[in-house]
Amino acid sequence: MNISVFYLIAFLSVFFSLMVIFAKNPVHSVIYLIITFFTFTIHYILLNAQFLAIVNFIVYMGAIMVLFLFVLMLLNLNKETEPVKSLLVKLAGVIAGMCLLVVLAGSLKAISTSAKGNPSTQEVVQNLDLGTVKYLGKVLFADFLLPFEVSSILLLSAMVGAVLLAKREKTEIS
Amino acid sequence: MEAQSSAVNYLPIIFQMLVAIGFVVGTMFVTHLIGPKRKTKDKLTPFESGIEVVGNARQPFSIKYFLVAILFVLFDVEVIFMYPWAVNFREFGWQGLIEMFIFMGTLLLGFIYIIKKRALDWD
Amino acid sequence: MELSLVIEKFILITGIFAVSLVVAMYSTLAERKVAGYLQDRVGPNRAGWGGIFQPLADGIKMFLKEEIIPAQASKFLFIAGPSLAILTACIGSAVIPWGSNIRIGDRVVDLQVTDINVGILYIFGVVSLGVYGIMIGGWASNNKFSLMGAIRAASQNISYEIAMGLSIIAFLMVTGSLSLRTITEQQHGFWANGWFTWYAFQQPLGFLIFLVCAFAETNRTPFDLPECETELVGGYHTEYSSMKLGFYLFAEYINMFVSSAVMATLYFGGYNYPGMDWVNATLGPLWGPLIGVAVLLLKIFFFIFFFMWVRWTIPRFRYDQLMNLGWKVLIPLAIANIVLTGVWITAKHTLENSVSIF
Repeated sequence: MNISVFYLIAFLSVFFSLMVIFAKNPVHSVIYLIITFFTFTIHYILLNAQFLAIVNFIVYMGAIMVLFLFVLMLLNLNKETEPVKSLLVKLAGVIAGMCLLVVLAGSLKAISTSAKGNPSTQEVVQNLDLGTVKYLGKVLFADFLLPFEVSSILLLSAMVGAVLLAKREKTEIS
Repeated sequence: MEAQSSAVNYLPIIFQMLVAIGFVVGTMFVTHLIGPKRKTKDKLTPFESGIEVVGNARQPFSIKYFLVAILFVLFDVEVIFMYPWAVNFREFGWQGLIEMFIFMGTLLLGFIYIIKKRALDWD
Repeated sequence: MELSLVIEKFILITGIFAVSLVVAMYSTLAERKVAGYLQDRVGPNRAGWGGIFQPLADGIKMFLKEEIIPAQASKFLFIAGPSLAILTACIGSAVIPWGSNIRIGDRVVDLQVTDINVGILYIFGVVSLGVYGIMIGGWASNNKFSLMGAIRAASQNISYEIAMGLSIIAFLMVTGSLSLRTITEQQHGFWANGWFTWYAFQQPLGFLIFLVCAFAETNRTPFDLPECETELVGGYHTEYSSMKLGFYLFAEYINMFVSSAVMATLYFGGYNYPGMDWVNATLGPLWGPLIGVAVLLLKIFFFIFFFMWVRWTIPRFRYDQLMNLGWKVLIPLAIANIVLTGVWITAKHTLENSVSIF
């Protein structure tokens, strides 16, 4: 039962992520990407990672995709202004994509070899409480306190960067 | 006592989505069938208060909105980080409170910077 | 999940759907009646007794109107916009506990579609999805007014979402649970241990922030700048007609219903009311909880009335005032609320512990 559900959702994820790439209209792509993220949310729930599921739901589906839409609407999407990509850019894109593929395949292989006979993966499967918000909070504030505090500095720098970029735009106009 | 909820508990949400999608698609289809269709060229132009339409609406708008969107994403991530803390906060006691105040203090610094830079002022 | 449970859930979902649609329909009539009352006129009174059939007439009219898709618009997105808007409005009610368990014969029926561990966060997520319907619809119309309305709506919604999230955090520090069922049960009755059990009395500032944010999220006056007639014609739904326009208007009223339900559940005890134990004991396990449902609906109707009351009392904000309120007033207030709640609860906890040591 569980396996067939997984395959159905996995098929949907792959299908909609392909639609993201093949859609001609960028806003259509964004809608397909939202659906893809939604299938990811279902994947997380199937893995019993409830907090991750809801974070994926709120941050990726609800926040980052809004930002994507804003960017798309900010751009001039008329046909005439569509930039023609040169061959070099296309080649660079292909190489970058291939590199990503290699990295992904390599990491998947590393995980699959380390997972065999590793007791921690068994624990993950058996402990149903592991993905709840409460459990995650306990781990986050005991074992991973430093990364948590450092992440606030990361967010701070992102804020400063965003404000600086937007402000520079304004001084150029005036 | 926290109820143990597994993936099955999320199934009714999918049911509700299916019912909602069924309702939306059905209603759309029915209105499409029974509504009159008399299209004229003027009817299909965008309505801009009767003034002749110049260009179209595919044009850039103020960057302020974009800045708001970026800041929203950042603050949203911050809020998400606080949920696991808020649920457990009674057990953490003073130590947890101070840890969170450091986190919030850093972000408050960013917030003050944004306000001081007048990034959110609409002029 | 067995088949009987699946059927039960589908019946419950359809029931909730029907109730929210009927409430949304009659909210339109109630709104016009309230407006009439506040402005010293009668309001709709032609269709049926006191205008009781007015919503039906409006609904049929929506169905029978011609649907226009402007020539320059992107067709798929133009249809997707209102569909998304009403879809996100309809799925929010899934985690709200409408009443405690009722017993019919020997079957215990749970009056909640589902009780998940992350109930509040689910609602928060659905609220954040509400932006898409407006944004995509407004952009797809290819009309400058619609675009402006959509952009305004989107940045207004996302600005107030942060303050909403922060007010929920202070709320969670008090409850310690994300499940709406647990939260409602914590507010059992009305009075316990020398203080009100309803969370509005423990988080008054948080409730106020949440209320203001709920107004902004549902695009109700004084936050209805996205559909500001004097500046933007009809805002994001300028180009819409027929049932697509109906969907946008309906989505607003369903959102109002759901956010009223959320406010009643989180801050005003949900289906709890003073003296409920006595009523439950007297009326038995079927009618007792049903009275609880009626009480919850009553609370919801009060909040809907409150939405309308505010709409016809307070004029619309200017856009910079709106943004200032969201970012420079509500967010600092919400953070102060978190700090206050944190210090208060921890200090109380330490004090109680030290007393027990001595």
